[in-house]
Amino acid sequence: MNEQYDIIIIGAGVTGSAIARELSCFDCKVLVLEKDEDLCCGTSKANSGIVHAGYDAKPGTFKARMNLRGNQMMPSLCEELDIPFKQIGSLVVCTDESQRSGITELFERGISNGVPDMKILEADEVRELEPNISDDVVCALYAPTAGIICPFRLNIALAECANQNGVEFRFDCPVTSIESSASGFIVHSYDSVFECSVVVNCAGCHADEIHNMVSGNKLHITPRRGDYILLDRSCEGFVNHVIFPQPTKLGKGILVTPTVHGNILAGPTAIDNDSRDEAPLTSEGIAKVLEGTAKNVKGLPVKQVITGFSGLRAHEDGGEFILEEVSDCPGFFDCVGIESPGLTACPAIGEYMARLIADKLSLSLKAFWNSECKDIVKPFELSDEERSALISSHPEYGKIICRCETITEGEIIDAVKRPLGARSLDGVKRRTRAGMGRCQGGFCSPRVMEIISRELGVPLDTVTKNGGSSKILTGRTKDES
Amino acid sequence: MRADIVIVGGGPAGLAAAIAAAKENRNLDVLILERDSELGGILNQCIHNGFGLHTFNEELTGPEYADRFEQQLDGLNIRYMLNTMVLNVASGSVTAVNSSEGVFNVECSAIVLCMGCRERPRGALNIPGLRPAGVFTAGTAQRLVNIEGYMPGKEVVILGSGDIGLIMARRMTLEGAKVKAVCELMPYSGGLKRNIVQCLDDFDIPLLLSHTVIDIKGKERVTSVVIAEVDESLKPIPGSEQEIPCDTLLLSCGLIPENELSRACDVKINPATNGPVVNESFETSIPGIFACGNVLHVHDLVDYVSEESARAGRSAARYVASSKPNSGSEIQIKTGNGVRYTVPSFVRVEGLDSDLTIRFRSGNVYKNLYIDVLIDGNQKIHRRKQIITPGEMEQVILKKDDLSDCTGEILVQITEG
Repeated sequence: MNEQYDIIIIGAGVTGSAIARELSCFDCKVLVLEKDEDLCCGTSKANSGIVHAGYDAKPGTFKARMNLRGNQMMPSLCEELDIPFKQIGSLVVCTDESQRSGITELFERGISNGVPDMKILEADEVRELEPNISDDVVCALYAPTAGIICPFRLNIALAECANQNGVEFRFDCPVTSIESSASGFIVHSYDSVFECSVVVNCAGCHADEIHNMVSGNKLHITPRRGDYILLDRSCEGFVNHVIFPQPTKLGKGILVTPTVHGNILAGPTAIDNDSRDEAPLTSEGIAKVLEGTAKNVKGLPVKQVITGFSGLRAHEDGGEFILEEVSDCPGFFDCVGIESPGLTACPAIGEYMARLIADKLSLSLKAFWNSECKDIVKPFELSDEERSALISSHPEYGKIICRCETITEGEIIDAVKRPLGARSLDGVKRRTRAGMGRCQGGFCSPRVMEIISRELGVPLDTVTKNGGSSKILTGRTKDES
Repeated sequence: MRADIVIVGGGPAGLAAAIAAAKENRNLDVLILERDSELGGILNQCIHNGFGLHTFNEELTGPEYADRFEQQLDGLNIRYMLNTMVLNVASGSVTAVNSSEGVFNVECSAIVLCMGCRERPRGALNIPGLRPAGVFTAGTAQRLVNIEGYMPGKEVVILGSGDIGLIMARRMTLEGAKVKAVCELMPYSGGLKRNIVQCLDDFDIPLLLSHTVIDIKGKERVTSVVIAEVDESLKPIPGSEQEIPCDTLLLSCGLIPENELSRACDVKINPATNGPVVNESFETSIPGIFACGNVLHVHDLVDYVSEESARAGRSAARYVASSKPNSGSEIQIKTGNGVRYTVPSFVRVEGLDSDLTIRFRSGNVYKNLYIDVLIDGNQKIHRRKQIITPGEMEQVILKKDDLSDCTGEILVQITEG
């Protein structure tokens, strides 16, 4: 007997997880299938972490509607799900008088899209807000509703909330084929077979492949790489807003922004990538980021770079979010082409898609649904008194494992032990920040590996960086073997 | 909580500073705060020998060297707390956290900063490529092998010829791994000559100078790295690329003094060392806060760390006992041709016990040249050296008497004749 579900969501990134959470308030059986070992392994883990205000997309498009709605939903969602979020505002900077009309156009598009409280600031006003802005600044579009968010916690919190309300998750479970059946679909993954009435395709860079398994109307995604550099927290205050150049056909351009954790982030590039899974950082990419950054701000402290990374955007040929029931395959719902502003839009996409699916299946609301979910307790955010009280009841919160980010053993144990917990070094890193600091895990990674090994009851040499065959150790030394 | 002197860090610097302070004045209460679960710091994972030639006239392993110091703690007025992380340092107060005390303050009269250094990670090197498992800093690999008893890989390429990388080339080879190459970006090694001979040459491991890693391949685990020769401006030379199959890349590309606590309390930092600016007593720009060991500047030999730290410890003890603030004129130590930095940066003659040791590193490789020291423009030292390299710390010693009439500055430089 195959396992039976009402709804199968393919992909546990922000989109899949947001839909899972919205569906978890209905009376239905939902399963999320994820090809990787953890939540937040694709586009959701490597992006700018920006909550966009919503002036970029063409009025009337899904991108415009979902961006604005997502932006509106974000403050209360972050409150409910304990997600680091700061509404710091954004500046689109014009550095060439002849391009000023572009700022006005953007402003007007923002008005059409319903973006509130925007202002066009003149050079002096921009300089006052951002002392390190380029000397060439002419004017800037200021949008106070833009913000920065922790993309990892957003993704993980949405999934944890869905899970506590009954949604199941399976990892290392790539969908290999989908067949239509009398009652809906049969979904295959290696040796597992699942049956369901509705499939929701949230497969990111693989969403076209999943769509094309069931539909004759083929879609095509180009993975588009974005390279980033991240600067140490000692650079906090270098910029105070999300700083964009003027957008081009290729996208919003190379931004410089604070992160919610006090680093400075610069990027992304936009380079079409051969692979849907592998996003190599290139020296050309890093050079482009530095070049792009230099147009908008002066004196980026490049010596303080602590890491570089690349992410892949799922760019569909049409350039628009595809959010619909597939016309030639009833019961199969697409969320395809979720590139920027996908992170901002995910709560709105969740809300929109859940409504479509609930209508389709005539779902009724559950009597009880818990919309809230607490993050791992972070001792460094507590007052000294609260922190001491926590440590006296739970001494593991007094033992620092990651020195750079002052992450304790208690936080790492929680990250591993909580529902949908971390099983790899990267999983712990996304949940706690252990290893994200200036030494990049040099000191703490052996210690984190020991905690994972101990808490999961697995041998140390089976602990991975990020699942699969990414084992960190290759065996014992001569003395120990 | 109260202590006369708080030592931040219980590695080689902290141990030597604490012991010297407690011996200098047995009435003082000295407290070491150590973040790890044992004293000794990085020495605990340095199981090779070569430590202690200057201090004990014999070759010890890292743990043996640390043990010589730990033995001396008994009978001195020194307390230590392990698994204790210092969160904040301010003049006269240290805030720390551990599992038994929670967050706590220690009021104190003097502080010695002994936090050591960290390795420069992959991200800070901007090495392109994928981010698979199998990329380690050499020190992390050393911990895995020597403390945990696990191998981080079987086929290894090492980028950077710092001493830890050289030591790990030998260690991995002895453990049965194949070390295929050590690539060094610069045209000279950053490590000690003896380590190049004993760790690479003796095992036929090639040292490729003016080479770097330009790509890391492998989605889950490293499958190969691409190396290339670099030109004089350190840019990869097209056509010189060479792909080396391997499962591991070790990085030994420099050490960074861990001065986050120092910066947070506004201790003045020397951009050349990334460590505090100190005087002859190893006192920083904040009175009563001292610094020594690798947090001050990265050393090649732990013996020098111990010697320097003992001076810092004694100075801290005297500072606590003396009620009068430090005074007297400051003689600046200037860096001339070829000299990247000196420690200390300036001297007050009345702070000297006897001689003044000035340690420095060159900015390049120099052959058959002279180290010159001028006091007020008059040559005091003119010493021929066959070779001076950035990888080997140099020192000159000046007599206190030579400085007593100095009104201007001391200049250290490398000259041709």
